[in-house]
Amino acid sequence: MKPPPFQYHAPATVEEACALLQSLDDAKVLAGGQSLMPLLNFRLARPAHLVDINRIVGFDRIYERDGGVAVQALARQAAVEDSEVVARVCPLLRDAVRLVAHRVIRNRGTVCGSLAHADPASELPAVLLALGGSVVVVSSRGGRVISVANLFTGVFETSLEPDELLAEAWFPASPPQSAIYEESRRHGDFALAGVVRAGDRLALFGVAPTPVLADPSDPARGLQPSGDLEATPEFRVHLLRALAARAFAA
Amino acid sequence: MKVNGADRPAPADPRRLLSDHLRHDLGLTGTHVGCEHGVCGCCTVLLDGAPVRSCLMLAVQAEGHHITTIEGLAAKGSPLHPVQQAFHETHGLQCGFCTPGFVMSVVGLLARNPNPTAEEIDEGISGNLCRCTGYASIRRAVQRAAELSRQ
Repeated sequence: MKPPPFQYHAPATVEEACALLQSLDDAKVLAGGQSLMPLLNFRLARPAHLVDINRIVGFDRIYERDGGVAVQALARQAAVEDSEVVARVCPLLRDAVRLVAHRVIRNRGTVCGSLAHADPASELPAVLLALGGSVVVVSSRGGRVISVANLFTGVFETSLEPDELLAEAWFPASPPQSAIYEESRRHGDFALAGVVRAGDRLALFGVAPTPVLADPSDPARGLQPSGDLEATPEFRVHLLRALAARAFAA
Repeated sequence: MKVNGADRPAPADPRRLLSDHLRHDLGLTGTHVGCEHGVCGCCTVLLDGAPVRSCLMLAVQAEGHHITTIEGLAAKGSPLHPVQQAFHETHGLQCGFCTPGFVMSVVGLLARNPNPTAEEIDEGISGNLCRCTGYASIRRAVQRAAELSRQ
């Protein structure tokens, strides 16, 4: 066995899932698993309980709401990519999803899972930030809406409580002048740096512990990106300036 | 779960990865295991017709679903699947380790898009790594597979 030992739970309803998350210590939600399963296989994550929400029926809707598009927890990235509603209301989201890994990964991975995972180099949190969207979280205590400004708190960290389930993400309609650009070593890899433009708003990813909003006229101000084998901090700053200029050239 | 059309039991241990269940419990060793974290694509199988990484799924999650592995594409003694035939004709493999994953990804690609452009082919196989061929013959194999599938 590659994953460490865990107790496996497969609730059939959202209510059951919430009850499990409330009663269990050290539980992790398993949706598409395209980030969590590698962490388990490497034994970097060792949750005592896995709450697999994949058996919940009708939790994968993609629909128009409040002038934007709502994406439920089990909507696969591939379904969002192919969605007529997303193409019409928020083509920026479709363009961004196409940059997430590869189609085979997107067949399983979920948009809400990417948001809950909160990888700083991930495209979708930055898209939510650029658009000023929000997420709906539910628990046995009730539901609440978290605006994107209060969602991402650190590297792989969000403001969700341990008993809360990210049930739905809401992306406002993308303005006509929207674009996402990123630079990665190979197609489908995590970005070294990336930018999202939504009208006159600019969000950056891969250059800080969370996605950040930036001033289009001086996108690198105040940023100190980390360096690694793939890119120095200076190169990341260079990239985001070049990518932001490209996004705002049109 | 159904594997290549036959009912198969789920493993007793929920920790069992689908890739390991196929190989060790069901003896379907055509599904290869490379990186075990979703990067190399060797373990790609079809879940209800769509390609997924079997190393990033628990076998219990496949309960109630249809899994197709490389063994399920063509019955023993019958002609190869068009994608297999195309890889054979164009030398789309050398050592063969990555091949089952490539074939399953390409089956999924052509099911969605029977006439992929060169760019769409590159995109379609970008999630699979090959250390032998340099990909040129694999690109030709996908083009040939599209031709054979249309016939």
